[in-house]
Amino acid sequence: MSNTIKQPIEPPIAGPAGKLIVWVDQRFPLMSLWNEHLAQYYAPKNFNFWYYFGSLAMLVLVMQIVTGIFLTMNYKPDAKTAFASVEYIMRDVSFGWLIRYMHSTGASMFFLVVYLHMMRGLMYGSYRKPRELLWIFGCMIYLALMAEAFFGYLLPWGQMSYWGAQVIINLFAAVPIIGEDLAIWIRGDFNIGDATLNRFFAFHVIALPLVLLGLVAAHIMALHEVGSNNPDGVEIKKDLDPKTGTPRDGIPFHPYYTVKDIVGVVVFLAIFSAIVFFAPEMGGYFLEKPNFEQADPLQTPAHIAPVWYFTPFYAMLRAVPSFMGSQFWGVAVMGAATLILFVLPWLDRGKVRSIRYRGPLYKRFLASFVVSFLILGYLGVVPTTVWGQIPHTIPVIGGVDTATIVSRILTAVYFAFFLLMPWYTKKDIPNEKPEPTRVTH
Amino acid sequence: MSAIVLNEVDPKKRRTLVIGGCALGAVAGATVAVPFVGSMFPSERAKAAGAAVEVPIDKLEPGQLLTVEYRGAPHWVIKRTPEMVAQLAKNDALLADPASAGSKQPASAKNVARSIKPEIFVVKGVCTHLGCSPTYRKEIAPADLGADWPGGFFCPCHQSKFDMAGRVFKGMPAPTNLEITAYRFEGDNTIVIDADAKGA
Repeated sequence: MSNTIKQPIEPPIAGPAGKLIVWVDQRFPLMSLWNEHLAQYYAPKNFNFWYYFGSLAMLVLVMQIVTGIFLTMNYKPDAKTAFASVEYIMRDVSFGWLIRYMHSTGASMFFLVVYLHMMRGLMYGSYRKPRELLWIFGCMIYLALMAEAFFGYLLPWGQMSYWGAQVIINLFAAVPIIGEDLAIWIRGDFNIGDATLNRFFAFHVIALPLVLLGLVAAHIMALHEVGSNNPDGVEIKKDLDPKTGTPRDGIPFHPYYTVKDIVGVVVFLAIFSAIVFFAPEMGGYFLEKPNFEQADPLQTPAHIAPVWYFTPFYAMLRAVPSFMGSQFWGVAVMGAATLILFVLPWLDRGKVRSIRYRGPLYKRFLASFVVSFLILGYLGVVPTTVWGQIPHTIPVIGGVDTATIVSRILTAVYFAFFLLMPWYTKKDIPNEKPEPTRVTH
Repeated sequence: MSAIVLNEVDPKKRRTLVIGGCALGAVAGATVAVPFVGSMFPSERAKAAGAAVEVPIDKLEPGQLLTVEYRGAPHWVIKRTPEMVAQLAKNDALLADPASAGSKQPASAKNVARSIKPEIFVVKGVCTHLGCSPTYRKEIAPADLGADWPGGFFCPCHQSKFDMAGRVFKGMPAPTNLEITAYRFEGDNTIVIDADAKGA
């Protein structure tokens, strides 16, 4: 709010629509918001493929909210009727199958684009000063998204819903001293039941979507405060055009990047539709097979695994043995694996931001981090017996499942990427290539 | 009313009032949170639902497992064969806690067979790792569990192994033996599972 009376703007377009805009702008900061976030938000001109995933994540968020609202119209959050209501949506509600498959596919695609978005941040150093807070908001979105997906997965009340929730809630029971009561408090009962389903519904449809929307708003406000990074990692605000005062290497987000993002949206929706119409279960990866059976508290399915987007962390949880009579260590490792992302901006001592100019050590550590994350993701899907056992003839580790040993090594690699970062990024400085003064393509 | 004159503002007093106001606000916030946090604990109805369960065991075949629901969790009643009972004493080398020193069970079941009568085994069928229900694998040395397998329970979630007395193997994700809920015999053919039983 300013203390002077706002002068009417020139109508941006002719005719009555232009007059309406002037009328609204007198009463609402319409043009200043439009300019600040779109028409005069200058983004680096060298955005590449990796820069599609932020806007795609927003698209999926909107799709999840819209499809979610329509699912809520027919879903019943009651342990006795929930499973049947999902079947009812699939079989009897007009287009119910489509809306539900859009929602279930959207969950997996949300994680896919968010993982690619995070990968972009790692490659081009988008978490570095002054974008630390932007990165932290992003990490919070990721955590909120994991919670949202977890709460949502219980709602169909299938076998995997039930036993997945059983395992995750019992993670909290592993917390020393207060754990048991904490787990009971989360469930609202001594076992997962109607009370749990009801509150998970409340969290899934109202609490976390509000948190997510708030965090996304904060993420974008922080982004537009500091400006976008780019594949070269150079700061475009350092080189302003003296005549216009705008970055020489920047172009207005609208229309240039809105149009570019529309291309991304079209390609994304083509892939998305192909999945929804031809492979909505994705061979058991997007919708797991045991979830087509109603929850049975007395019978755990023969093989349980979380949905693919949680499996790297699940593999870490499984790999850590209990120690001193407590299974808290596996839980702690899993928690640390997600929380360590928050401190990333302060672990990196390198001078350059982008992988294009980084030294060889950083590239190797990043590559091994990505490979370990992917293999852990695979190992989290399959039973630990998948690669057999280490022969008994080998001391110490003989008789242990091979996959468990591999998971332990890869968990160490995952953490090494972060914990050794202060060391290898500093050691890399002499081998870094000089950053250009202007962005390249 | 007189206008506020800037140099009459006492910043020290203002600071005290701001801190005091915030502190009182925090206390009020925490107080208001109590009913909301409290509403998420089990309701009176959920608490009352934990009545004792009577299980007739006269029709159990040797080696058979009967699952009953008690307080929403699976409980198993197994009639162990004499071979199964004999095997229990030979398992010590495989086990993390053979004497059940660090595990939960009523005093009446703190023995090698972890039961009041060796042939009748009653146990809560919930893995002490993360709450899955293990599968009953009574066969000796099946292909997928290896030549050492003495018969017992195998958890499909994180591959924890337990013997026929619910005792956990070494190096498993599960930290302790399967929990045994208090129970008692009523005559020879009925057991009553009742966690609140006195003297259990």
